[in-house]
Formats: sequence, structure tokens, C-alpha cells
Amino acid sequence: MAVKVSSEWLNACSGCEISILNLGDVILDLIPEKIELVHIPALVDNKYFGPLGDGTKLTLPKATVGLLSGGIRNEEHVEVTQEMREKVDILIALGTCATGGGIPAQANIFSNDDIFAKIYGDCPTHEPAGPPTEVIPKYTENVKAIDEVVKVDISLPGCPPHPDWIKAALLALLEGKTEFALEERSVCDTCPVIREEKSAGGAAIKRPLENYEYNPDEPLDKMRCIMEMGYLCVGAVTLAGCAGQTGVPRCIQARQACRGCFGPIRKGAKPLVDMMSALASIGQDVKTVIDRRVLLNRFCGAHGNLRPLPTRKK
Amino acid sequence: MGKVINIQPITRIEGHARVVVQLNDEGNVDDAKFHVFALRGFEKFCEGRPVEEMPRIVNRICGICPWNHHLASVKATDKIFGVTPTPTAVKLRRLAQHLAYIPDKLLHFYFLAAPDFVLGPDTDPATRNVVGIALANPELAKKVVHMRQESAMVLEKWLGKVIHPVAAVPGGFSRPLLEEERKNFLEKTKEQFEFAKFTIKFAKEEVFPKYLDTVKVLGVIKTGFIGTVTEDGTHDIYDGKIRLMKPDGNYDDFVYEEYTDHIGEQIEPWTYPKMPFAKKWANGEFSLDLENPKGIYRSNALARINTCDRMSTPEAQKELEHFRDQFERPAQLTLLYHWARLIELVNNCERSIELLEDPEITGRDIRTPVELKAGHGVGCVEAPRGTLIHDYTGDENGFITKANMIVGTTHNQAPINMSVKQAAQEVIKGGAYDQGALNKIEMAIRAYDP
Repeated sequence: MAVKVSSEWLNACSGCEISILNLGDVILDLIPEKIELVHIPALVDNKYFGPLGDGTKLTLPKATVGLLSGGIRNEEHVEVTQEMREKVDILIALGTCATGGGIPAQANIFSNDDIFAKIYGDCPTHEPAGPPTEVIPKYTENVKAIDEVVKVDISLPGCPPHPDWIKAALLALLEGKTEFALEERSVCDTCPVIREEKSAGGAAIKRPLENYEYNPDEPLDKMRCIMEMGYLCVGAVTLAGCAGQTGVPRCIQARQACRGCFGPIRKGAKPLVDMMSALASIGQDVKTVIDRRVLLNRFCGAHGNLRPLPTRKK
Repeated sequence: MGKVINIQPITRIEGHARVVVQLNDEGNVDDAKFHVFALRGFEKFCEGRPVEEMPRIVNRICGICPWNHHLASVKATDKIFGVTPTPTAVKLRRLAQHLAYIPDKLLHFYFLAAPDFVLGPDTDPATRNVVGIALANPELAKKVVHMRQESAMVLEKWLGKVIHPVAAVPGGFSRPLLEEERKNFLEKTKEQFEFAKFTIKFAKEEVFPKYLDTVKVLGVIKTGFIGTVTEDGTHDIYDGKIRLMKPDGNYDDFVYEEYTDHIGEQIEPWTYPKMPFAKKWANGEFSLDLENPKGIYRSNALARINTCDRMSTPEAQKELEHFRDQFERPAQLTLLYHWARLIELVNNCERSIELLEDPEITGRDIRTPVELKAGHGVGCVEAPRGTLIHDYTGDENGFITKANMIVGTTHNQAPINMSVKQAAQEVIKGGAYDQGALNKIEMAIRAYDP
């Protein structure tokens, strides 16, 4: 019998769902014989309030596996998350928004009032107004990861998570396993560029206003480490896996620096602190990283990593 | 007051929304609204970020069209720094833009929209989806899943990330296209072109004719349209001027920076997104009234097909002519979005092939270095769902001080609401409705691919 899978998206962009589709031909090996999709708004017409829209309580179907992408931004996200937790045996937090808040958790550096004041009160295309308040769910106090609201069984980070890991996790569950985790190693551990571990010169960390020096006809193992060229790359403090089971880090393939989209290597790690020692090892000072608090927590602003700065007393 | 129907989640769309239908005592539709629950606040949390990082942040606005946000954003950063990207860089960006459209169109037509047309709007909701299509037509499903993924993988093989790209940088592009890649991608894109031609033929012969009656009544409203065209009025999704067309076919063309002269936004208390409207049309008034709408225009494929004078490539031009033989310009029937989307699919394959055959595409001069300076920049491209407007101001140290963004589907918030109300009135009468009827309301939404 096919395993029932239920999927929802919360404070998210739908990139995780597209990553599922990027499994490609494998999808049709899994669906519908091995996996039955009982709820996934992107693809299947299952409704919270029944097919006639007359229910009064938000209801999800029972399933063995639940997939949640996106973080928690409003009260309805909380309700969906709790309902899914109740109805599934194994809950997967899919993607970095679900595991750490993701890009939208950068909003945590501002209060909700500040966000609404900007969006509805300071815009060149309309007169200032108050935020909408009817029917729509209220904001939670900040953007949260799923595990700040309910217990999560499996975390599959990534922005987006690579299809290899989605497939591996699903196959493990189909075999009856209840656990799956990415190996705890850094992006640098999987990066082929040349590292000499010598000083990058001690000057302030450069901003990427021109392309890094490399020969496009030569493979990546002939290019020098971006950090050792004096720019910021956060591979040292970022969980590996962006290129799936075999590839090299995806941004490096485009000859660009890592910005940390898989989140910290270990749960609870603080990239700001860890990056300080990574930079110190090549004679650089983390204080010269521009916008460092937000840049180094770009994908992990939940879990209290990003908060509003205390306002200075006048 | 009569009964309230809550349809949620709206399914087979790319976001989170609820439709609330309010019936009166006779069981007829008193009101129907499309409520969108998502607000992430990009315009606020981009304040203070380094200008050059913006294209890598705002692509997360949408995981289906991250390339389009990435490119609109990088165009805004070019303007802030006052830099002109090299000719090869512009072609590489344009190639990425056209390639990114291909999987998007296939996704929408086959995965999201087709179940209603191939299986029928009243089919059992448990099978009215892509899995149902796979069971009904396994060979086609196999082909579709394969071709969509192949088209996405071209960008992934070239630039590492197809979802949330990083390769467009202020002043240009981070990595060239190698000759070996060019040959390989050209071959793949030619296969996509064949599949695109098959798809539009299949749709025109076997899908659209069956539902022509539905097309004529469901979600039908009369509005204006927005799109991007070149100087001579040709359809273009990467660069040009914005054309805002009135329901009668007259239009204003304007450069990106002038968008605030033409577009205003209405805030309604019952939905998070604002509703852009044409503020020069009705003395700046806004109204969703079905009989007498004010300021309402639409975006996305049908809008671009309506606003352009011609397509930029031969096969797509033939398709446009065929379309215009049958429908007036501007075509108003909402379900024609599906048809317009496929004309653009053909065009995107043709333009990708053109670019991949351009000798300059493998050039190595791919970036003009930039220097930090204060400035203002409005960057636009057409996303599949409509005109993206990224408007940033940066300070002398290269940090964002202000950001305003109007994104594809936002343009369609007002018209979707009108279509929902029109469709609800059409399918619910005297308290009689079933799940198929409610699905037809959703079909009016799906046409917009929100």
C-alpha cells in the first residue's frame, strides 16, 4: 500500500516544492504506487474546510509523512503546523525557512509595527494607511522555525533543499526507517578550490564589486578560495549538501561565494561567532564584514539569532 | 444573512489564499473575495542590506520565478551604481531569462491547469490533479515530467542553481557560457522547442475546443492590461518600455522610472497585498465594481499578448496571428490566459535558440566593475506572472535605504477579485452548488497563475 504524504507551505516562496518536482523522472516511480499525496496545495485539491467549504475547523488528513516548508509568520501557520503534527507520524521540516527561518526571518531585526509602518505607511504609490486587519491571520511576534512550535522529526535544510536529499529521505522512510539527517560537515569540506591557509593580507574584507579572479576554462580546483582572495564566503560555517550527494557547492559552480543557505552546521551553532575564528585563522577580522549581523545570519534569523536592535534612549 | 462558503487553500496555484463567498437569503452570491494571507515584508528587511547583495536576497520572493526577481533586481543595482553591463553580460542575462520561462510554462499548463481541462472541472477532486493525468495518459505524463525537469536542468548545469540563482551581479554576470555548454544547451533547447510546438497544437486541438463555452463565461471581466514592449512595440520579457493599455485598446508607454506617475496602489483591509491600479484613467479612482470597474488592469501572459504589436520570433508570430484572427485585441476572456501562455512558451524556446546561436554569447567580457556610490534605480523585467518593478535607493556606502517592489501577481490582485465574484455569481444560483461549481471559481483564479 502506498505511504500517505501530506505537505504544506507556510512563510515560504514555493521553491522547496519546485525542488520536489526537480526529482524529475523519479517522481513517476514513486507516485502513485509508493506514495499517495493526500494533501499538497500546489498539486492536489484537498481543502481545510471540506469540498463544499462548510467546515468550521481547519482540518488536514491523516498521513504517515508530513512535509512542512516555510517558517511561521502568522497565527494560521501555527494552526496548520499543530494540525499537521497531530495528523502525521513523521514530520519533516523541508527547507531552510522551516529549519531556521530562512531569508524571510531577516524581518526579525524589525518589530512588527515597524514592518507594517513601512509597507503600508511609506510607499511612493499610495497615501499612508494602516495595515489590513480583517479575515487575514495576525502576525506572530516574530518569524519562527517549525521546531520552535512543534517537535520536528527530520530536518532537510536548503534554499532549496537538493532533490537528492528529498529523495533519499523519502526512500529511507519508505523502507521503514524513521530517521534521516545530513552529515555534519561544512561547505568548505566539499569545496574543490585551492586553499593555502595563509593570510589573506589582513586588510578589510572586500566587497564583490568585480568578478573573482579565475580562468573559466579551468576547473574549480584551479581557482583560489574566495575567502583567501580577501572576500567573504561563509562556506566554513555552513552545512554542506547544497549540490546533493555528488556535486560541488552550487554557488561556487557559478563562481560565486557561499552565503549560507543550508544554515549552520550543527543545530544551535552561531555563525557570527564561528565565522570570527574562521576569519581569524587567515588573519582577517570579522568586524570588517559589512552588515555582518544580518549577513552572517541571512538564513537563520529564527531561534533568536536575529532580533530588533535595542533603540537608543534619547 | 445567508451561508458563508470558505474555499481554502486555493489549490494548484503558487501561493496561499482563501476565497470567501457570502450568500444572501435566496442562496445567491452577495459577495465573494479573494484573500491573500502572505506578507513577508521584503521592502522592510531589505533596508540596510548591501546593494550588491540584493539580487541574492530578493530572488526568494518567489521560488517559481526566482530568475525574474534576480534579474529585475540586478538591473536596479546597475542603475544605482550607474554602470552599463557588457554586451555579452546582457545576452547571458537575457538567455537565463528566456530559459527560465520554459519550465515555468510547462509547470503551469500541465501540472496546475490541465487537470481541469483534461479530466474535467467536475471530476472527483481526489484525482483531479497531475497524478490523475498520469493515470489517464501515462505516456504524456512521462514526457511532461521529463521535459520540465530537463529544461530546468539547463540553468542548473550552467549556473549551479536554477532555484534561487546567484549569477547576475551588478555590472554583469559571474560566469561565462562555455562553448561545450553552448552546444549541449542548444541541442536540449531545440528539443524543448519541438515539445512546445506539440504542446500548443495539442492544446488547440484537444483541450481548448472542448471548453470553449466555459471560456466564454467563466471569470470574464473587462479591464486594461500591462506588459513590456521594445521601442517599436514588439513583445519583450527582458527589457523595453512598459505599456499600459486601456480596455478600449488605447495605451500609454513609459520608461520604468515613471511607474509612479501611472500606477497607484489601493489598500483593502481584508487582504495583505496592495492592489495596483492605473491612476490616470478614472480621475485616480479605484473600483472593483463588475459593471463599472475603475483603474483595473491585468498582467501576465494574456496582458503581454494583448499589449504587444507583434511577437519577436517567427513561430510565435504565426501563433499570435492565429490567436488574433479569433479574438479581438485586447482579448478579455480570462481563460485565454492559458492560450497566451503557450504562445509565449514557443517564443521563449525560439529566443533561447537565437541567443545560443549568437557568436557573442560565449564572450569572456562579462562584467563591468562597479564602484560604490549613492543612487536610485528602477529595474524591471517581465516575470511569467507579470511586470516586476524593483525600485531601490542606495546610500554613498552602498547600502539600501529604501525599497519598493511591485511583483507579478500583485498587479492581478484586483482583477482576480473581480473574476472570483463574477465566477461565483455564474456558478452558484439559488443556493445550488457542488464541489465542481466551487472548483470552477478556482479555475477563474488558476487562469491568472497566481
